[in-house]
Amino acid sequence: MIESRLRNTRPIGDCVLGKQAKFGVGIGVILASLAFLAWLGYGESKTYYHTIVELQTLDTAARSHRIRVGGSVEPGSIRKLAGRVDFVLQGEGKSLPVSYVGNDPLPDTFIDNSQALVEGHATPEGHFVAERVQAKCASKYEAAPGGASGAAASSTQRSM
Amino acid sequence: MDVFGSFALILAFACALYAFIGGIFAIGTRHPLLIKSTRQAGMATCGLIFLATLSLEYLFFTDNYSVAYVASHSNRDLSAFYKVAALWSGQEGSLLFWSFLLAIYILSVLIAYRNKNGELMPYVGVILAGVQIFFLTLNNFVASPFKSLAVPGAHGALDLVARSDGNGLTPLLQYPEMVIHPPNLYSGYTGFTIPFAFALAALLARYPGEKWIHLTRKWTMIAWCFQTMGILLGAHWAYAVLGWGGYWGWDPVENASLLPWLTGTAFLHSVMMQEKRGMMKVWNVWLVFTTFLLCILGTFLTRSGVVSSVHAFAQSSIGTWFVGFLGIILLVCLVAYLKNRDYLASENQLDSIISRESSFLFNNLILLVSCIAVLSGTLFPVFSEWLSGERISVGAPFFNKVNIPIGLTLLFLTGVGPLLAWRKTSADSLKRNFAIPLAVGLLAGVVAFPLGFRNFYSLVCLILCVFVAATITMEFYRGARVVRSRADASWAASTIDLTLRNTRRYGGYIVHMGMVFVFIGLAGAAFNRDAQKEMQIGSTMQIGPYNLLLQSLDSKPEKNYTADRMIVEVLRDNKPLMMLYPERRKFITNQESGTMVAIYSTAKEDLYVVYAGRSPETGQPVIHAYLNPLVKWIWFGGLVVVFGTLVALLPNRRAVLVLSGATQPASTQQPIPQPLAPTAAFREGHD
Repeated sequence: MIESRLRNTRPIGDCVLGKQAKFGVGIGVILASLAFLAWLGYGESKTYYHTIVELQTLDTAARSHRIRVGGSVEPGSIRKLAGRVDFVLQGEGKSLPVSYVGNDPLPDTFIDNSQALVEGHATPEGHFVAERVQAKCASKYEAAPGGASGAAASSTQRSM
Repeated sequence: MDVFGSFALILAFACALYAFIGGIFAIGTRHPLLIKSTRQAGMATCGLIFLATLSLEYLFFTDNYSVAYVASHSNRDLSAFYKVAALWSGQEGSLLFWSFLLAIYILSVLIAYRNKNGELMPYVGVILAGVQIFFLTLNNFVASPFKSLAVPGAHGALDLVARSDGNGLTPLLQYPEMVIHPPNLYSGYTGFTIPFAFALAALLARYPGEKWIHLTRKWTMIAWCFQTMGILLGAHWAYAVLGWGGYWGWDPVENASLLPWLTGTAFLHSVMMQEKRGMMKVWNVWLVFTTFLLCILGTFLTRSGVVSSVHAFAQSSIGTWFVGFLGIILLVCLVAYLKNRDYLASENQLDSIISRESSFLFNNLILLVSCIAVLSGTLFPVFSEWLSGERISVGAPFFNKVNIPIGLTLLFLTGVGPLLAWRKTSADSLKRNFAIPLAVGLLAGVVAFPLGFRNFYSLVCLILCVFVAATITMEFYRGARVVRSRADASWAASTIDLTLRNTRRYGGYIVHMGMVFVFIGLAGAAFNRDAQKEMQIGSTMQIGPYNLLLQSLDSKPEKNYTADRMIVEVLRDNKPLMMLYPERRKFITNQESGTMVAIYSTAKEDLYVVYAGRSPETGQPVIHAYLNPLVKWIWFGGLVVVFGTLVALLPNRRAVLVLSGATQPASTQQPIPQPLAPTAAFREGHD
């Protein structure tokens, strides 16, 4: 231990400082680049959570964001049409008409009364255009243990 | 049997308490009998948890629907295979399963080291008992799997109810991989408890030497191996069952499993700096602590649903317990560190930027940045609500933008790091080790570009994969050549011999090669294609080189569900290739449905066919087909990683070296024969 301390107490000369500066610059460049990429990714994918009630009170600027809304699917409201699926989400006594326009099939758990999270944009007319739908069964559902991704809430959007 | 299970759990809790409190006294008094009795209490805790788990499985197998957990997660028609898996299909059972797996680890440790590391083991026992107390508290008092079904009766009393059948298992979980995926992942999560206990114990006991580092490293590798298998099995399950054509969606639960894997990987590399050069001690101890904390955080995220439930889904009360436990662990780690930080003083400093040490440093840095990025992205809704009052989440673009460059840098370091010398690498050595692999990698890029590899990241990934594979192959070649020249054996025998002489080093190379295969598979994602079409019987659809012909539809009643199947013939160049049967399952008991994807998988690509239901206008069945290149490489790479880890865990075979000078005539000038100096092939450890 004493020996190791002695080794540590060697004078910090220019050489060591030079090396430390090199490491510092290297680490700084890596961190700055990754932070920049993270900031780009954040701007591209940030999504605001709102309730159905909040959605109706948002101003125009807030409405232009990518939005995520949750609620339960009104029984009998799911209508499969050409190129889209229409349904109504309910929450806090209010209703929100939604059109799902994504390409991926809706999750198997998306049925009447299921709890659903929709992601997309609100229109000025009070409609919601969803590009992604997550759903889980209302009757009984628990997240699968561990990394069972889809079990937490099956969704439509693909990543990799 | 439910009373038996509850009783076993309560007794286990009492034994764990004794092992914990008695253990603390044993450390203070060093009384041999007390040390022995607390160790035995630890073993008894494990045995009682096994009994409780077996009794819950017994309740599943005997269809005892008076127990709420059994009624919620099973039914009479559920096959025996899934009745085993039903144990971990819900909250209460999963937590018992956590305790069960942890008990297997703890019992192994207590038995294996009962007569070893006498100074360290009492501390290890106390820490392990502390973790068990937390989970047994949940098992007994917060989320008991043995609660009976009951309804409020007259005078406010509860009347017990026995149902004739249960709700059944969630369809998403009725897939063979769901039986092996959670045990693997949970074995990873729980397994990191052991290195945590050894690291914390060594710090508290100020255990001399580096013995604890070897112990910690071995147990970390075991947990890491399970975690890797668990993550890949989860990805495969998502790919094969969910029907969305992908395997990774940056879902909070997926991310939770990745976090400890990242820090565990960082530790397995940086620990070598401590072994070889006595550096990074503080860093290593905190990596082990962080890995364990992330395991608990992962279990918390999975079980509480705090992230996915931010807005829409009800939160579970169990989250508070986990937050409290996380706080306690962090506090204990901090206090232990502050009190004993002089024990972790570094013995050396970095000498050069082109050295093994600096490659490990950068490897650790970017693994940690990746971990922070994934963690902050996952918890972003929670943090943004705290900080700004607005609930904001980030999606796949955020995670991909940060993690793809990180992954590629790691891949580069995988090729470069192991061949750099400790302290400083000379220009000659760089040229000798890297000229050929670099040339081969660049050549692969030149060939691949005109063949369609135009995506920047995919092209870079391919070049790096070939580069890394070439460096690893060259390492095996050089080592095997040395063995071969001495033993006159075949190349295959020499390579095996070489690997067994230094399992850690060459096992590590095999793991790296597996990661190369995984990256080849990931590079294919940039070229995924899909198509969707309404089909009539006899009509066809084209995707890539394949033609899909819908021959017929049928409905097949099974024991627990009805399967609506498409019978699809796959043709290539107008020649029949094979039949695929994508299906939709309707489960009888809970009226839920599930998708079974049909996949024709080759090394080049996966043809992935989904029965996407019927068109609302025409009522015709719809096929959604995907062409996903190179996916099979991911699963194959995973197998290679696991194989490499198992090799690295094997003890080294002692090298029997024959001295060639032994037959030469003796001479007074002849130096006394010395054992051969270690060559590049025989260096100790994965260095």
